[in-house]
Amino acid sequence: MILLASLRRVWAVWLKELIQMRRDRLTFGMMIGIPVIQLILFGYAINSDPKHLPTAIFVEEQTPIVRSILQGLENSGYYEIILQTSDPEEGQRLLASGKVAFVVTIPPGFTERLVRGDRPQILIEADASDPSASSNAISRARAIIAGALKRELTGTLSYLAPTREAYDLVVQAKYNPEGITYYNIVPGLLGIILTMTLVMITSIAMTRESEKGTMENLLAMPARPLEVMIGKISPYVMVGAVQTCVVLIAAKVLFRVPFEGEMWLLLVGVAVFVIANLALGFTFSTVAKTQMQAMQLTFFFFLPSMLLSGFMFPFRGMPEWAQNIGSVLPLTHFLRVVRGVMLKGSEFADVRDPIIAMGIFAIAVSILAMLRYRKTLD
Amino acid sequence: MSAPLAIDVHNLVKRFGDKVAVNGVDIQMPYGQVWGFLGPNGSGKTTTIRMICGLLNTTEGEGTCLGYDIAKESREIKIRTGYMTQRFSFWGDLTIRENLEFVARLYQLPKMKAKVDETLENLGLGHRQHQVADALSGGWKQRLALAAVTMHKPELLLLDEPTAGVDPQARRDFWDEIHHLSTNGMTVLVSTHYMDEAERCDKIAYLSNGEMVTKGTVADIIDRSGLVTFTAEGDGIRELAVLLKKSSGVEHVAYFGSALHVSGMNREHLEAALQTSALDGVSWKEVRPSLEDSFIALMNSSGEDTRMHQ
Repeated sequence: MILLASLRRVWAVWLKELIQMRRDRLTFGMMIGIPVIQLILFGYAINSDPKHLPTAIFVEEQTPIVRSILQGLENSGYYEIILQTSDPEEGQRLLASGKVAFVVTIPPGFTERLVRGDRPQILIEADASDPSASSNAISRARAIIAGALKRELTGTLSYLAPTREAYDLVVQAKYNPEGITYYNIVPGLLGIILTMTLVMITSIAMTRESEKGTMENLLAMPARPLEVMIGKISPYVMVGAVQTCVVLIAAKVLFRVPFEGEMWLLLVGVAVFVIANLALGFTFSTVAKTQMQAMQLTFFFFLPSMLLSGFMFPFRGMPEWAQNIGSVLPLTHFLRVVRGVMLKGSEFADVRDPIIAMGIFAIAVSILAMLRYRKTLD
Repeated sequence: MSAPLAIDVHNLVKRFGDKVAVNGVDIQMPYGQVWGFLGPNGSGKTTTIRMICGLLNTTEGEGTCLGYDIAKESREIKIRTGYMTQRFSFWGDLTIRENLEFVARLYQLPKMKAKVDETLENLGLGHRQHQVADALSGGWKQRLALAAVTMHKPELLLLDEPTAGVDPQARRDFWDEIHHLSTNGMTVLVSTHYMDEAERCDKIAYLSNGEMVTKGTVADIIDRSGLVTFTAEGDGIRELAVLLKKSSGVEHVAYFGSALHVSGMNREHLEAALQTSALDGVSWKEVRPSLEDSFIALMNSSGEDTRMHQ
């Protein structure tokens, strides 16, 4: 009998929870949405063997052999030649700004020296700030070029092909020559930490007021929505500043991550990024009805930020649609800034675009927050 | 219309989905008075107050508060009114002083520090100013809230059941403060369930099912109720009460100490009922109906009991 009474209570609670769950559309949606999105992201979007990496070539002669090498690089699927340059400076700039992942240089007179058996050099400069993005392409380069030459060096030239390579492939891994993974991870972590904490803190800013009943009081007083928003998010700018200091000190002291660029430029990037995250959190808090929902929304945002921003997996390894989603996320742009400035010594012109992208994001979500903010209790 | 009105609203209607919370309420309240807002729970008192101070949009109806349009100029209204919510809505995790300072800053009061000191002094909370507001008892919380919403010297004070769950002494102190504020020219609209509080008001407005059932002075409402009340004293009034509750012609029966109040809308029917259930040792006397008698009659006559529908 006791068991039966107990089961009845369990049943009553179960029914009640079921009803509440059904009424709470957002929570219900996320319960379904999160597993689906996780499946899609982990299953399809994540690619640790990135292909079609943008490549610039600096080639000063057009011979069948050179064409064959370039053709071979492209056919491999790893290199996608997006640009042919005649200016070595330009190649370096593109590499620094992250527009290309490789610069392939074939010096003048390559074919002639190859035929003479002089072992001419081919230079591949790689952006190794994210080692996992470039390492496969680099390691295949030798085989790709060998395969291409094998097809060319036939007939009278076949004596050049077999035993030993007729050329010297030089690979320069730039910005992170040792391929140390945490050089890439640690600056990225700054972005992860800021996203996680700042969005979460501000996302409960308004929901806490409505849950505690203080919202009514706040609305009865003459404060404008933008005033409330700025007043609520600005204290957390300081939180962001402290977190930035902690991560940068840890990067230097614990991980000895090089800092190639200018501190002020990094701080500009951090400031815009922090504001973008706080504005987003505030927007969440105008959408969510309870603190619990606000937390769920935060997590819902955090997951793709971590997976699609290029933090965990190389951005270029993702299919185009995943890259498109990633391009909307402020973390994606922030990673470009922080990695660029810290590891590559990027200058303002190199990171201007990602900073502007974060700024646009911040403004867009702020406008959304203002539209969502209710001046009444309706 | 001669003198300007503090509150002048017409045909206020508020619907939440298909539920009608307020259904065509008119209020014309002159400056300087203290009005009581009565009615059972769920009768629309809070919703009406919220519409007046711009916290809720109206579904229908229009009007002004302190001369400002309630639909378009809510900010002006908010600056000039003090609204004390039914539930304590100051920040429990802030100290008493921090709460007052927050309000003072939000209203941009000049000499903020001095103003807060003065308020704390008047409240008698100077020595507790650094405690968090949650540490205060119910009565003190209400006094803190009143002090906070009057710090900016509003022209109109809207109090939503300010003394619910507060002990009698604290209630009396609270009402002394309301009359003090009123003497200094503040207009006060206060919702309450307490009859003794209602009797302290210049006028009473009674809401039921979202509609204004009656308004006027205490005497007006008692007269207009058309109620006839007798009291019975002596042994056996308990048996009498059981009998009378079933009689037709008896509107309601209630104990007041050792006396029984028996009220009815029709004198003849009531007297007939009293005669048929006469008992030895019980003496009858006609009295003027109390405000409570009148209100219970109003509640019964204004249809179903809305308390069931919350």
